[in-house]
Amino acid sequence: MALVLTEDQELLAQTARDFVRTNSPVSRLRALRDGQDMGFSPDMWQEMAQLGWAGILIPEEYGGAGMGLADLAVVLEAVGHNLAPEPFLSTVLLGGQLLADAGSPEQKQAWLSGIATGEKILALAYQEARSRYDLNRVSTQAAAEGDAWRLSGEKIQVLDGQNADALIVSARTAGEDNDPDGITLFLLAPDTPGVAIIPQTRVDNRAAALVNLDGVKVGAESVVGAVGQGFQTLSHIVDLATVGLCAEMLGGMSQIFDDTLDYLKTREQFGVVIGSFQALKHRAAKVFMEIELCRSVVMAVANAADAGESDLALLVSLAKARCSDAFILATNEGVQMHGGIGMTDEHDAGLYMKRARAAEMTFGDAAWHRDRWARLRGY
Amino acid sequence: MADLETFRAETHQWLDANAPASIRGVGNTLLDGNWGGRKARYPNPDMKVWLDVMAERGWTAPEWPTQYGGGGLSKDETKVLQQEMNTLRLPAPLIGFGLTMIGPTLLQYGTEEQKHEHLPGIIKGEIRWCQGYSEPGSGSDLASLKTRAILEGDHYVINGQKVWTSFANLADWMFMLVRTDPEAKKQEGITFLLVDMESPGVETRPIKLISGASPFCETFLTDVHTPAKNVIFEVNKGWTVAKSLLNHERNMIASAFGTTAGKGRTMRDWAKEHLGLDGDRVADSAIRDRMAQYEMDSRAFRLTTERARDAAKAGRPPGPESSMFKIYGTELNQRRLELLVSIAGPHALGWEGPGFEDVELTLTRDWLRSRGNTIEGGTSEIQLNIIAKRVLGLPD
Repeated sequence: MALVLTEDQELLAQTARDFVRTNSPVSRLRALRDGQDMGFSPDMWQEMAQLGWAGILIPEEYGGAGMGLADLAVVLEAVGHNLAPEPFLSTVLLGGQLLADAGSPEQKQAWLSGIATGEKILALAYQEARSRYDLNRVSTQAAAEGDAWRLSGEKIQVLDGQNADALIVSARTAGEDNDPDGITLFLLAPDTPGVAIIPQTRVDNRAAALVNLDGVKVGAESVVGAVGQGFQTLSHIVDLATVGLCAEMLGGMSQIFDDTLDYLKTREQFGVVIGSFQALKHRAAKVFMEIELCRSVVMAVANAADAGESDLALLVSLAKARCSDAFILATNEGVQMHGGIGMTDEHDAGLYMKRARAAEMTFGDAAWHRDRWARLRGY
Repeated sequence: MADLETFRAETHQWLDANAPASIRGVGNTLLDGNWGGRKARYPNPDMKVWLDVMAERGWTAPEWPTQYGGGGLSKDETKVLQQEMNTLRLPAPLIGFGLTMIGPTLLQYGTEEQKHEHLPGIIKGEIRWCQGYSEPGSGSDLASLKTRAILEGDHYVINGQKVWTSFANLADWMFMLVRTDPEAKKQEGITFLLVDMESPGVETRPIKLISGASPFCETFLTDVHTPAKNVIFEVNKGWTVAKSLLNHERNMIASAFGTTAGKGRTMRDWAKEHLGLDGDRVADSAIRDRMAQYEMDSRAFRLTTERARDAAKAGRPPGPESSMFKIYGTELNQRRLELLVSIAGPHALGWEGPGFEDVELTLTRDWLRSRGNTIEGGTSEIQLNIIAKRVLGLPD
């Protein structure tokens, strides 16, 4: 597939950019942060869903558009430009894709159309204390009780956990703590007895929560996919979600870089604009190159995901490693080149820096993905 | 698309039928490729056979127009041709500055007469070209060049000195920049001129590099006469031509590098051999991380060149990404060789003689030579200036 946007994608990108620029300035994120609300705006999510964005990946039979990640990626890039915190990751990329991929017909029927309309929020509880980025490090237990299961353990930083209409939880039905086999996924209502959801406050102010499971009893119908095979499903879905996250990161790094360039062209010291100094020009040019490389990689990995190519995991690691490093570089340089004003809470640069760090540590940081790349490449 | 697949099948069949067996799998780099020219030597005569059959079809310059002897292929067909050559492990029949630099420049700026005079010789591999740009006092500040050309009757008389002239001692013709108006602003008094290297008064002297090889020369020009018809574009407008040609040069340098550890060995094999295994993994985790970082950056770079090509094919104007190819391509090559040297450890210290394998000795020389990649054809610092100014719009 060619590394060039189709006309339809160009149009979608333009629409998304215009919408986000007009309706979702970064000041909105600041207000949400200081308002101690859900972390995102349900009204804004409704508007985005009406534009069709929540249902891009949902199959047509469930009310979605049945389009691909390459299409969603151009929207997520626009969203990332202004750090819009709506629940694309939790609901569209993780929960929605997981149910579409591995859910039973009943589960799909119950949730997918609600995701497409923006009415339903999902959360995937896969991370635990000290599990870092390894999806196989699951110590939450699911003990069989006849046909039912009883879940105990704690999940951390569950994105939109406090906002979710349903939780999907990874728990161990067999095997040792690090065993990739024996992990099972469960779909459950957040008000199931024994579930406690405690909001967490993260540096990037995205909605996240601790989810405590204290002997939570769920029926056999709550299992998503096959018992004991949850790791394979999780790995695949997290890879696909990583593609979307990378597109968001591309938008974020592009915007902070544009802001930085504007500043270099207007801020004067020693009687000249600081962008005339070679020490800054060369560093700006290097950030530019890193972002261009990321753009190629994000396009390539989105195409590969849609085409179901066999080296998808390799490309996902490539994209995530590069986008992590480049977003951190662009925001570090952004704050440095803005000088003191970049360190203030009232300036946007810090918000991008915080989001860059959180995005880096979602689904594996650069070093983790380089190690995975090396393993996949046989060294 | 069906046409393209037919073309693919026919091309494959023709290549397979016409490529001599002994040239398959031969290296394709600047060092071991076939540069052609009057002084060319063919230790393997099949290489000349290969050149001639390909030149006959114009496939040494597949995209050039047929009226000058080129292949007249579309971009898509050229890509297919390259893919089929890769499949059959066929080296390029011809490489060099005629194909990559002066040819494209003549196609853009040359008169009909100049194209007919020079392009066929390039395509057939009969004439090898060199580039007379840099001078002892004019490196990054190329436009300050001082070599003078004065019109006397219907000839220019040239006096001055060029340096870093690649393979001047092996070349048949030189394209060069000369000063024709010393009074004008420095960029506006320069002319782009072609000179036969057999003209009286041309003398070349190879320069020995830290790698031990001598790919560059000093070129001395004393009362060298060249016909006035050898001016390309207009008198005193040579800077325009020079800049355009530099783009071709940078693209060439960026795409010229290999990816293996020599003799078909991959970096992974090289690492396993030198560092040993820890389970099924290369035993040194720091080296593994550097290898992954290099491979990832290399893949990202290839995807970016692909993106630029795809955009061009789709009729989009060239995006800003192409300006970075020279910097990034050369730095990748340096990183690759640094990494291979790190992996080889003390085995990378050999200069010549016993106790070192050929592939190790070659690596040492390649590593040293690669340090010049970020200097030649416009230093990385000059390229960063260009990106800052032209792409990012930062002021002087």
